[in-house]
Amino acid sequence: MMAAVTGIGVVAPNGVGTETYWQAVLAGRSGIGPLTRFDARGYPVRIAGEVTGFDAAEHVPSRLRVQTDRWTHLAFTAAEMALSDAGADTDELPEYEMAVLTSSSSGGTEFGQYEIERLWSKGSRYVTAYQSIAWFYAATTGQLSIRHGMRGPCGVVCTEQAGGLDAAGRTCRLLESDGARFVLTGGTDASLCPYGVTAQAATGLISPSEEPERGYQPFASTASGYVPGEGGAILVVEQADAARERGAKHVYGLITGYAATFDPRPGTPDPEGGSRLRRAAQLALADAGLECGQVDVVFADASGDPERDRIEATTLREFFGPHGVPVTAPKTMTGRLYGGGAALDVATALLSIRDGVIPPTINVPALAPGCDLDLVRGEPREGPIRNALILARGYGGFNAALVVSGTE
Amino acid sequence: MSAVRQERVPVITGIGVVAPGGVGTKAFWELLTAGRTATRAISLFDAGSFRSRIAAECDFDPAAEGLSPQEIRRMDRAAQFAVVAAREALTDSGLELAEIDPGLIGVSIGSAVGCTTGLEEEYVVLSDGGRRWLLDPSYAVPQLYGYMVPSTMAVEVAWACGAEGPVSLTSTGCTAGLDSMGHGAQLIREGSAEIVLAGATDAPLSPITVACFDAIRATSPNNADPESASRPFDLNRDGFVLGEGAAVMVLEEREAARRRGARGYAEISGFARRSNAFHMTGLKPDGREMAEAIRDALRQAGASAGDVDYINAHGSGTRQNDRHETAAFKRSLGERAREIPVSSIKSMIGHSLGAIGSIEIAASALALRHQVVPPTANLHTPDPECDLDYVPLTAREHAMDAVLSVGSGFGGFQSAMLLRRGETA
Repeated sequence: MMAAVTGIGVVAPNGVGTETYWQAVLAGRSGIGPLTRFDARGYPVRIAGEVTGFDAAEHVPSRLRVQTDRWTHLAFTAAEMALSDAGADTDELPEYEMAVLTSSSSGGTEFGQYEIERLWSKGSRYVTAYQSIAWFYAATTGQLSIRHGMRGPCGVVCTEQAGGLDAAGRTCRLLESDGARFVLTGGTDASLCPYGVTAQAATGLISPSEEPERGYQPFASTASGYVPGEGGAILVVEQADAARERGAKHVYGLITGYAATFDPRPGTPDPEGGSRLRRAAQLALADAGLECGQVDVVFADASGDPERDRIEATTLREFFGPHGVPVTAPKTMTGRLYGGGAALDVATALLSIRDGVIPPTINVPALAPGCDLDLVRGEPREGPIRNALILARGYGGFNAALVVSGTE
Repeated sequence: MSAVRQERVPVITGIGVVAPGGVGTKAFWELLTAGRTATRAISLFDAGSFRSRIAAECDFDPAAEGLSPQEIRRMDRAAQFAVVAAREALTDSGLELAEIDPGLIGVSIGSAVGCTTGLEEEYVVLSDGGRRWLLDPSYAVPQLYGYMVPSTMAVEVAWACGAEGPVSLTSTGCTAGLDSMGHGAQLIREGSAEIVLAGATDAPLSPITVACFDAIRATSPNNADPESASRPFDLNRDGFVLGEGAAVMVLEEREAARRRGARGYAEISGFARRSNAFHMTGLKPDGREMAEAIRDALRQAGASAGDVDYINAHGSGTRQNDRHETAAFKRSLGERAREIPVSSIKSMIGHSLGAIGSIEIAASALALRHQVVPPTANLHTPDPECDLDYVPLTAREHAMDAVLSVGSGFGGFQSAMLLRRGETA
């Protein structure tokens, strides 16, 4: 049994719609700019990757719009694109064999802030009935399940920024052993409201820079943290045989390997640093039945924090050898999208396989000492891509690795 | 398929519980078998302005439970519950963690609403009492982001047991505690981990949670009589009573547990989920999708309806749930549904959202161990639409080899898990 990706839907800061996004990425066009969703003067975060030009009213029926957060609006939109791309008629598929499994990082942050504000400023009677279904982490999965009549084994995984890979990896299990044949997976995020941004800044991992070109420079000598963003991707993943059976119009690629590990707790000696990140990569490649030499590109986690960058670079160098594999971080054009970030990386890797081109990393003028990688910078790099390794790390110590492969 | 599944069977070898009525597994089981209720007027905050002012609260002193001052500062109440429960489960299992490769230890925690209590408390400060939409970030505490992402609760449990294998949090609303156990069992089955700490936690007793359930009239307004307000399957039930707590269990592969001489409580023999794709909060009375989940869980376990000896019900005490669930039992088990005891421990410890699924698995495992079915408290007036044997008021000795536990939640999620007494019990 193989897990085939047959549909992709992208809502990203540098493009709503898969092809619009992909053209932006290949052109090195960034979606990072001044934070405009609220008056950010006085906030420690002044730039962000906002999904601009997205009007929920154009994409989400009003009945659903009022009972959901922006995070779910983005997911509704990406899911519709993915389903349409897959050319699937969900009415024709067995209801219990369709499922939804999304990654959620912080739920409906903005909706939740609004309702807590009403409670504390006006009183409990002003809290809307929709708070109970809009804010919680399962809102997106539940709404997608209802909207598309998917009655199979649904799920929600929370591993912060590793979540998109964990959701994709678990999707393979749904297809292999839980009776599913057609799964909507991926994730989105939209926490660029005052409370969301305040909480994100409390980690100390966000760059203090106010210049869009300087805020997120992973592996660079000038790395100073990251820029938060919103958006993500939803994918249709099917049993390869079932996809063929229903006459799926295209297969972007297969999910061939997955593994997750966790860092040693702080204070535990980890002399190698990143030993568990490497372990995740090893296990994922073994799961895919691949050797290091068969990996044509790595989509890095690319934290933007100098120490975490060094750990990842060292891990990649030791694993693949010096300059042993091209590495890229197109997320430098979107910022880090939390629950949606790794899902977008999976989509990007699949487009990379489809078109035989590695999208670039932008805004990295010079590599930091200890980050000597074959980082694809500035311009895309063409060449056949059979297998891509995607790495992601989540706040607190989550590591995940996913392998996607071409169909040949 | 079943031959492959039987190769690696997950078995529960340690249990830790933080529940209303007393911290620890012993206090928990005593409460359940005594049929006592731990529901009362809310004392954690001033609930005077709310429609429902009652809850099942934990009497929980983190310092007395062994948490350090830094752990107490860092963790939201829900994370504290999880870590205390995890430590009890590890002690109960008798595992020597130092002898185990940390890469083979996994964690699977469930939660419906994460660190909502901490999030609300900090919001009140940042907004200076809710006065401002634009907050003052200089008042942000370092752990604020840890409150915003529920995954930190899995991080805390991983740190408590030194796990370096697969670690995650599952957040499927009120089925999260069953789904996280199911995921933990899967990690053992497929060999991704040898040991998994699996469970769930929630501490939702804060103004915003109480307000949002008020808004949809899901919780009981029986403020005059808190002790008997949670009345699953009773004709006069009028909503669920919010609760809080956690249960974490040690899961091991059966052969490994046997080799080290561990005594298992129960094997996780089958687990399945379905979604109703109907409504975020509403249930159709036919119980169709829950019945489908039950059938699939039995099929995975190679069990038939006749093998089920007891059902630990979701039994939330809302009008629609108890009817929906009764229909699901009849639909999936046929006449067997009328022959076996069915009970809801929510009648005693309330509904702790995502946590309750794991707490109910702990209760089911203890029921198998002690061969005693916990009762449904407060069930005085049977509802003609709920016509099964709900074990009213008094615990019952009962021979059991297999227990079914089910959950149902917002989003339309329906989950079912089958536990067996097993060879190591």
